[in-house]
Amino acid sequence: MVDKKKESLPISLDLLEALAKFQQIEFEDVELSFDELELRLSPGMVMSAPVVNTSQQIVPTVKPTQLLEAQVGIPPGEYLGKVVEVKLGATKADGGTRGRSFFIGGETAPAFYNFQAKTPNRPIIAMDVFDWGKVPLARAVKMHFREVVDDPAEWAKLCVEKFDADMINLHMLTIDSFIDDASPKSALKTVEDVLEAVDVPIAVGGCGDPKKDLEVFKVIAEATAGERILFNSVTLDMDIEATAKVVKENGHTVIAFTSMDVNKARELNRKLYDFLPKEDIVMDTTTAALGYGLDYAFTVMERSRLAALKGDPELNHPISSGSTNAWAAREAWMKMGPEWAPRELRGPIWETITAQTLLLAGVDYFMMMHPAAVQAVRTLINNLMSGKTPSEAPDWVSLKL
Amino acid sequence: MSPIEVYKMLPMTNCKECGESNCMAFAAKLVNREATLPECPLLMEPKHTEAYNKLWMLLKPAVKAVEVGTGDKSVTLGGEYVLYRHEFTYFNLPSIAIDLSDEMPQEEFEARIKIADEFEYEYIGMQLSLDMIALRSTSNDPATFEAAARKATDLTEMPLLLCALTPDVMEQALSAVGNKRPLIYAATKDNWKEMADLALKYNCPLVASAPFHLDALKSLARTLTEYGVVDIVLDPGTQWDEGIGKTLDNFTILRWDAINEEEEYLGFPLLGAPIVAWTEEADDPLINEWNEAMLTSALITRYSDILVVHSVSGWSLLPLVFLRQNLYTDPRKPVSVEAGVFNYGNPNEGSPVLLTTNFALTYYTVASDIEGAKMDCYLVVVDSEGLSVESAVAGRKMTADTVAEALVTFEVGDLVNHRHLIIPGRAARLSGEIKETSGWTVSVGPLDSSGAAKFVEDNWPPKTD
Repeated sequence: MVDKKKESLPISLDLLEALAKFQQIEFEDVELSFDELELRLSPGMVMSAPVVNTSQQIVPTVKPTQLLEAQVGIPPGEYLGKVVEVKLGATKADGGTRGRSFFIGGETAPAFYNFQAKTPNRPIIAMDVFDWGKVPLARAVKMHFREVVDDPAEWAKLCVEKFDADMINLHMLTIDSFIDDASPKSALKTVEDVLEAVDVPIAVGGCGDPKKDLEVFKVIAEATAGERILFNSVTLDMDIEATAKVVKENGHTVIAFTSMDVNKARELNRKLYDFLPKEDIVMDTTTAALGYGLDYAFTVMERSRLAALKGDPELNHPISSGSTNAWAAREAWMKMGPEWAPRELRGPIWETITAQTLLLAGVDYFMMMHPAAVQAVRTLINNLMSGKTPSEAPDWVSLKL
Repeated sequence: MSPIEVYKMLPMTNCKECGESNCMAFAAKLVNREATLPECPLLMEPKHTEAYNKLWMLLKPAVKAVEVGTGDKSVTLGGEYVLYRHEFTYFNLPSIAIDLSDEMPQEEFEARIKIADEFEYEYIGMQLSLDMIALRSTSNDPATFEAAARKATDLTEMPLLLCALTPDVMEQALSAVGNKRPLIYAATKDNWKEMADLALKYNCPLVASAPFHLDALKSLARTLTEYGVVDIVLDPGTQWDEGIGKTLDNFTILRWDAINEEEEYLGFPLLGAPIVAWTEEADDPLINEWNEAMLTSALITRYSDILVVHSVSGWSLLPLVFLRQNLYTDPRKPVSVEAGVFNYGNPNEGSPVLLTTNFALTYYTVASDIEGAKMDCYLVVVDSEGLSVESAVAGRKMTADTVAEALVTFEVGDLVNHRHLIIPGRAARLSGEIKETSGWTVSVGPLDSSGAAKFVEDNWPPKTD
């Protein structure tokens, strides 16, 4: 038997208890069985691996009688490029009102290649807050925010005080003409309420309408000048010059958001450089959920980061990921057979694994939703940053479970 | 490596026996690992042995492919060429080995094998499943281990990872199941010679284990190789909590050296043991399962080829089989499918017309849902440059104009006697414009295609058509 030591919990007990309560319900209202979902497609997506002839065997003439020495070369991290550092949020001393600010980026080696370089800045987790109470949320998410969904300031407060969010990622959905077509002034009021309610740095997102977003960003940026708010986002179909100027002239930062395409990311960054210092730009090449395009998202981010380290001057920005998109995967929220229950755990683990996979591709700024996923990814980040060498390997071979 | 380099070593007769039109085309396929050397019959003749051997060396993976098990369920570990998937592709899914011990109560033992064996999830036309059984000797008793090994092979065809560090215990199990080509765990600095003898005697692959001592691990691999063991798997050690950083470092260093430095003693598959997440006592085993899932995922991302996992809970295993399938998908595969209109079931002129985008995953998901529900309908697939519905609408890659154009181009109007289109819930904001631009009436379907069948059942034929 090995000595068991007390676990430091990545997800808290009361969260688990809350989750466990749902287990019972899940078993009771099972509707789908997997036979019903069966598909009969043969898209030929499985690659057959090459058959390699392994018959070549060198028969040694003299067998060793003792261990032969060997040394493992530690690959040096000699990279030409460096990711720029972007400062999010500003304290009173820096011309803002936040209790603290964060630097993200600054990497000189691939994500958590601790043997090549220490990760200079801890990746940040911002929790999503919406200004629209009717935003569709998975049940496993909503159960944590039910009391506050109609009040963005309270919602933000809950994220910071109860769930330790580093930052708040506020989404202004009501400005959408398909929702409330809310005015820039009313959006500003919401932002001011949130800035009042919490003292962490914040990001402010639009509704995806290139004109309306700019209109709203302008009003907010001017009224909150100096706060280094992270505007989410500028896209290729916006008025890039006008958006960049609004950000720069008022002392803020911006996410350059593109589809999953390295060249598009380069193009947008290049256009922004005419108006904005690099240190004001975070890039986001789109996050797809585990099972629904995560492979593309992962590879575009990994490629971008490796290119940046090799010296590509148009990709060396901190990377942002909307890991909340994990909830677009039906496996994150759908009622499924009892063998996959409870979905109250399946959802947050889906978000966790989506985020942690992209963490290893180089993400610096996470937008996340489920408190357990936030806590788990934060714990992982802290452990990855600790730089500890295990004194002794745990013995799993004789472990009695 | 260029096709020209390979071409020069081929017979250059353009005999077409391989099925390609000429040797250059075959060379290109070899370089892309879409063809294998034995497909060239001339090359297999004795006079070409030298060329064959050179080509084999040139084309062999940097990480050796190690076969474990026999028959249909045998697995290949390793066989990889690149560090980063975009540089080429990863080939062999990391195997997930479900943990058993030789002292588990019979009922639990059997139940766990059944779960591992029958685990199945349909994902875009593929069956996601588990691969192996890891059988540990916690008894350290030869007879007990042998009995458990026999029982496991009676119950499943899945390959075994046999875990016992005492050579006598291992030998007794091998005497019973050694002909099934189990993977032996493990040769250590203390027992390597006995274990190597067993691996050679039973012709089984062998894990070399030196947790958190890379030099010692390479020393073992070198010694075993010189001793005559060919199929080796490396165990650099796994730890959770604050040891995770060092764990990932080691896996990365080993894979980097194998691929970029062509270090032959390190060019072997890597074993990860996420089961270490269970060495820590938690108030609820859910915590161990959760940690183990995170650790397994991190090791899938960072180069492991076989993973020992204790949890058999569906919620914790499902993301793992998804993740490895995603990362081991060929990145050269296009993101999009062809646009067009497709028939499902036996649609007629009164059948509903549904809309989606040509992002491969969106398309396969929708297609599997409507097939699964045995719907008779048409599915119009709009060219969204390979974006999902939500992104395509947000990024204006699917607009009322492109939808109207698709309806005309694909002559959808000729297929049905109505003009009513069901659009995805995530494209709701386009409904008014589509109606205006195309002249078709529109109803907004569910947010997820799993609800498509129910939606059609409740709303078809449309009342206001």
